[in-house]
Amino acid sequence: MQDLKLRASENRGKSQLEAGFDLLGWDEVTQGSVLPSFEGDASGIANLKAEERNYSGYNSYTATVASWRVVKPVFNIDVCIDCQNCWVWCPDSSILSRDKQMLGIDYDHCKGCEICVEVCPTNPKSLLMFKENEDLETALSGWPEKTKKEKN
Amino acid sequence: MAITSVKNLKEFSTTNDRFEGAHTLCPGCAHSMIVRELMNCTDDNLVVSANTGCLEVSTAVYPFTSWDTSWIHIGFENAATSVSAAQVMHKVRKKKGTLKDNDAPVKFVAFGGDGSTFDIGFQWLSGAFERQHDFTYICLDNENYANTGGQRSSATPIGATTSTSVAGTHSYGKKEKKKDIVAIMAAHGAPYVAQLAPNKWKLMAKGFQTALETEGPCFINTVSPCCTEWKFEPKDTMGITDLATDSLMFPLYEIHNGHELNILYRPKNIISAEEYLGAQGRYKHLFKPEYRHVIDKIQKDIDDNWAMLQRREEARI
Repeated sequence: MQDLKLRASENRGKSQLEAGFDLLGWDEVTQGSVLPSFEGDASGIANLKAEERNYSGYNSYTATVASWRVVKPVFNIDVCIDCQNCWVWCPDSSILSRDKQMLGIDYDHCKGCEICVEVCPTNPKSLLMFKENEDLETALSGWPEKTKKEKN
Repeated sequence: MAITSVKNLKEFSTTNDRFEGAHTLCPGCAHSMIVRELMNCTDDNLVVSANTGCLEVSTAVYPFTSWDTSWIHIGFENAATSVSAAQVMHKVRKKKGTLKDNDAPVKFVAFGGDGSTFDIGFQWLSGAFERQHDFTYICLDNENYANTGGQRSSATPIGATTSTSVAGTHSYGKKEKKKDIVAIMAAHGAPYVAQLAPNKWKLMAKGFQTALETEGPCFINTVSPCCTEWKFEPKDTMGITDLATDSLMFPLYEIHNGHELNILYRPKNIISAEEYLGAQGRYKHLFKPEYRHVIDKIQKDIDDNWAMLQRREEARI
């Protein structure tokens, strides 16, 4: 599920200078300068999905914080009930959710805080944390079974 | 005004994010949950202003901006001032008909941390409320100056250890009570004042929508647990927020027109303050025998405050 074509910018994850983007130094910017979030007209942005938008190189959507992470959440679509708890409480807007369905995790923006795993209500959880270098198939193959509630 | 449906979470999740990721807030910070929710609960154009604080320094790291709306930052204290100036300019230009799109609805929002709301920006905030500008001010209350290393602010509650009110053999941390900012802002006669928390996302979204729809200055104090300075694991952010609302450390209520108080959330099982305090490292010292009396005092304050809120709700004063 991770190869979704939801990226608006081809340059995402690269530094701005590599992307051929003329960047002024922080001390060269004049006071009162404006950083445009979008190329061209930005009206009606609230009605456009991320992949339909024309982000400028100044928008942090085109940047990445993936290097912050030591553990990563892995999403198992077979267990997910699309409750969207993870979407509303993700602090990094990294849960990719379209048409009321949870599709996956944006690993360029995720910082690995584990909140999505904590708020997941399914049994077993449909999101679990794995080491950053663990590949997705191994992670998904060893998914835990449903745990029964202990009767007192 | 085009408000988005918050009937259930699935419907709310079809809204498009206008607060982008890859900001540099700590992992597990509740600030971005609150900001995202505000931006998602309306389709209108927004003009946002921010005081200096965690939110400002983390979302505008040159050369990036995380805001898909107009966003202004001037100084530590003057988010309320800059957004009220923008609101007046919009009003005048609309009257003259010099705007690009004269009919597009625009909402004005200011964000401030607790330091810039309770202390440094309070005069400016109070002034903007007195002038009755049509804007919404949202305080992201994490109870300290988290951006500069966790100094005490007047939002820090009694007993908490911070880098300028350190607990040790001679002190149990901050000795003064937290300022009741909601009551202060309600006393300005503001049409809508509320205290909300991100764990009750629906209450929060509805509160934001009410504030945006209401004409005149609205104030919302939101609880924003800070994993760095409250000293808990990032994954526990929502758990700590649950404890905060269920122990009534942060009762959720709204005040209309300065006097009509409604309690928004009554916890089914009210938990003790001890449970809330025990979950955070900044209160660890209170569990030593010599400082136990502070916990009793905190519990008594919570009980008194809850009784007062219930009486105010009944009496409508």
